[in-house]
Amino acid sequence: MRATHGYTPGLRVTERALIRRVRRLPLPGRIHVQVGDQVTAEQLVASTELPGNVANVNVAHELSATPEDVPGVMLFGEGDRVEVREIIAESRAFWGLFHSIARAPISGTIETISEITGQVLVRGAPISVDIDAYTDGTVVDVQGTETVIIETRGALAQGILGIGGEAHGAIKVLCSGPDELCHVGLITEECADCILVGGGRVTLDALRAAVDARAAAVVSGAIDDTELDEFLGYALGVAITGQEDLGTSLVLTEGFGDTPMRRSTFELLAARDGRRASVNGATQIRAGVIRPEVVVPEPGATWDADAAAEAMGLSVGSDVRLIRQPWFGRLAEVVELPERLETIPTEAEVRVARVRLEDTGEVVTVPRANLETIEQ
Amino acid sequence: MTRSARTLRKVSGPPGANPPPTRASHQGGRQPLLADDQPLRSVLATDCGSTTTKAILIELVDGEYRLRVRGEAPTTVEAPYEDVTAGVLNAVAEVEELSGRTLLHDGEIIRPQQGAEGVDAYVSTSSAGGGLQVMVVGLVRSMTAESAQRAALGAGAIVMDVLALDDGRRDYERIERMRELRPDMILISGGVDGGETRKVVEMAELVAAANPRARLGASYELPVIFAGNVEARELVSHVLQRAAALTVVDNLRPTMEQERLGPARAEIQELFLQHVMAQAPGYPRLMSWTDADIMPTPAAVGSLIEAVAKREGINVVGVDIGGATTDVFSVFAGTFNRTVSANLGMSYSISNVLAEAGLDNMLRWLATHPDPRRLGNDIRNKMIRPTTIPQTLVDLTVEHAAAREALRLAFEQHKLLATELKGVQRQRDIADAFGAAGAQSLVDMKALDLIVGSGGVLSHAPRRTQAALMMIDAFEPQGVTRLAVDSIFMMPQLGVLATISEEAATQVFYRDCLIPLGTCIAPAGTAWPGAPCVRVSAHIGADTIALDVPCGEMRLLPLDEGQVAEVQIDPTRRFDVGAGRGRSVSARATGGVVGLIIDTRGRPLALPADAEQRAETIRRWHEALGAYPQSADEAGAEAVAS
Repeated sequence: MRATHGYTPGLRVTERALIRRVRRLPLPGRIHVQVGDQVTAEQLVASTELPGNVANVNVAHELSATPEDVPGVMLFGEGDRVEVREIIAESRAFWGLFHSIARAPISGTIETISEITGQVLVRGAPISVDIDAYTDGTVVDVQGTETVIIETRGALAQGILGIGGEAHGAIKVLCSGPDELCHVGLITEECADCILVGGGRVTLDALRAAVDARAAAVVSGAIDDTELDEFLGYALGVAITGQEDLGTSLVLTEGFGDTPMRRSTFELLAARDGRRASVNGATQIRAGVIRPEVVVPEPGATWDADAAAEAMGLSVGSDVRLIRQPWFGRLAEVVELPERLETIPTEAEVRVARVRLEDTGEVVTVPRANLETIEQ
Repeated sequence: MTRSARTLRKVSGPPGANPPPTRASHQGGRQPLLADDQPLRSVLATDCGSTTTKAILIELVDGEYRLRVRGEAPTTVEAPYEDVTAGVLNAVAEVEELSGRTLLHDGEIIRPQQGAEGVDAYVSTSSAGGGLQVMVVGLVRSMTAESAQRAALGAGAIVMDVLALDDGRRDYERIERMRELRPDMILISGGVDGGETRKVVEMAELVAAANPRARLGASYELPVIFAGNVEARELVSHVLQRAAALTVVDNLRPTMEQERLGPARAEIQELFLQHVMAQAPGYPRLMSWTDADIMPTPAAVGSLIEAVAKREGINVVGVDIGGATTDVFSVFAGTFNRTVSANLGMSYSISNVLAEAGLDNMLRWLATHPDPRRLGNDIRNKMIRPTTIPQTLVDLTVEHAAAREALRLAFEQHKLLATELKGVQRQRDIADAFGAAGAQSLVDMKALDLIVGSGGVLSHAPRRTQAALMMIDAFEPQGVTRLAVDSIFMMPQLGVLATISEEAATQVFYRDCLIPLGTCIAPAGTAWPGAPCVRVSAHIGADTIALDVPCGEMRLLPLDEGQVAEVQIDPTRRFDVGAGRGRSVSARATGGVVGLIIDTRGRPLALPADAEQRAETIRRWHEALGAYPQSADEAGAEAVAS
């Protein structure tokens, strides 16, 4: 907590994680489970009803009446149930010669009748909200009538950016290595309901084919920025996602460009080919960061989970990844952490680290801000 | 802050919950700072930002207030900490270490100063947790709704949406919008006093029907401020009595010719303290520590810029370009305006800058031709890894190109809102009668005296010339304009400090915060490159420098910080430096760490259409100012090739 972080805490990729996920309703409602229950990812654990949508009709205007007259011409009162197109107000003038009516704009309940504006508001049927368990696991806490907490032991792989919300399915590995292009030719009908694991960059055609095949999710290393925009149908401006409804969620483990998936992430997922998993593409890269993730529960496991690495230590010998050009995506080991600020090619004076690149053995100087620690 | 609010109903919390502290009880708990005749000897000030909490220590040394040290730590509003004071204490602990002065005891700030320990006062600003988020409702978008928008922005808020009768939405869409957004409060305006009532109540009915919920603290009622037609007050309060915690203040648009934003602004800030801050994790404790009300960060910056404009009697534009948002402040002829461009920033929002500006607009500022695919991917990678910094020169120039576009777009948005009042009847001549009664922007670039830049990309540019050039390219100042940057972004802390000691805030602002870059002379007008544009004669002490600068060039004359040059500017007949086309101007140019910049590229600034020619021109301008190392352009080419 004390230190000023000069580098980015890495994404968590571990085979032994204790995972707790909070399942919270938007409003208090009904909880369907109890503490200690074993649940499956698809099982509903809580439900509620949100107030229905509201539609208005200006009865004074429709009946050419004054607002004060509106209560007198209404055929229903506040709280009454009405059906769409049903006559809710009626006026007659000149001994019934002129007849005006107003109809309900939607089915629902009359909420207010305003004598000030002549407006009548009708609230539609409540909107049901059901929440599932998200992952196979155990209910470890129930808070009031709003919140359920599910706990599971299993593997966890965080991504850097996701699209779409939660999904469940069996893992199906498509690529033979972490740097293999995830292309359309790899997508078959057997991908339906599966969490597809690619390798390096995933192509737009592959994503579209995955949607057509009704795949639950695609997990791959990277994508080209223009192809992601085409997939979404708009340019992604900020990394706050999760609400997209494209049919198939996407988790990118590295980012944009031709970047292979981190080997440890690929191997973790490949070793679990065919296993049930849960994916959440929701991402928030702001304060209170939310990362997309793949959770692979291990039912019945009792082992002690690996502790989440403290986002504190960067020391000589640390494994890091470089997250900015000119060495974006390369793995390295820290060999020196100079105390003094050093001048980098941009002429900025910054805190740096000297790191040995894993693939070439070359020692290079990098701003600490451009390092990501590799957490297990 | 005096309150003109007439409170109809106060918030009631859930049973058993701590009542939100009221302003009175909050202040009542404070001890007077010091005796009247005793000056403040030291002040600690923090700014709790969304990601970082910054602390500065100011000390009175030999009769002058000076910045001693600055410390920072991650903000701790979010999980797992959920207590803003943890981040504050960490930042203060860093100040302790750097200054060698004990400031903390038992997890509290020692006050008042005891010997060499503690400080006499502690103040803070906050934009943590997304800052203050307000939804605005009015009748006509360009009139009462726009006035309400200005009031909310002036109070330091982010305006989430503006609902108005003419916003092109149907009622159910407005209701849906209110329900899906979760603002901190809603500001309702509408109708001049004695004017339209029914439509105002209709809008209030929509608010009631939406029954919107507050962003923080789900169990308390959403604060709603009504600042509209005085005759609609009772009706509006009747409509909203079950749906919200309503406060009524003076109409912010009492007549078409008048805009009175003060009471609404004050009430927004009051409710920010009472409701939003009181619900945010750790803030009740933080509020109990401070010797002045916690201010929203942008409000503090705005008040400082307003004070500078007033003190010097000048027109000022201030900009704070952050990772997610860009704030623009202006004071022209004493009128203050602020806008916030919520998705224009240098890291979290940098992809949105690319999306809004377009690739061509980004590329036009580069002296190289980067591969568009790689450029797009690099920018997206910056968005998802926002704390990284450019390591290569080509990366630096790409970020600076993005900054130019973010600043330009944010300034355009500012000019659209910082206008004369719309809807006011004016005497119009026959030509006007055929046009729309559009309101004039208050932003007059020829009358602008000073541009102050703030935010990482400007404050931390490796060469100050780069910051000057980014601001000139984005804002296109005309005539004679001073340029400055905030050295380490401490304007928020100084803004709130001014509420308890204007003297301390002013002294630190001029001595430690503001870094004068110099002066820009830029004739307005256009002509072909190489055509005669301007003759500038600068008298600096005993020396005189005279030079003719043709169109399409940049020149830099040495003029150090503290130096003043008497300049005679003689433009050719196509150009205007403030007195009209072809008319000479005499002015005083103040120096700075960059110097005196003569910019004859014309206004509006036009770049060559041909890519090769444009790159060559950009290179020449960079070279003239010494903006980048000479290798920058070659490095770019190499990086692309690799």
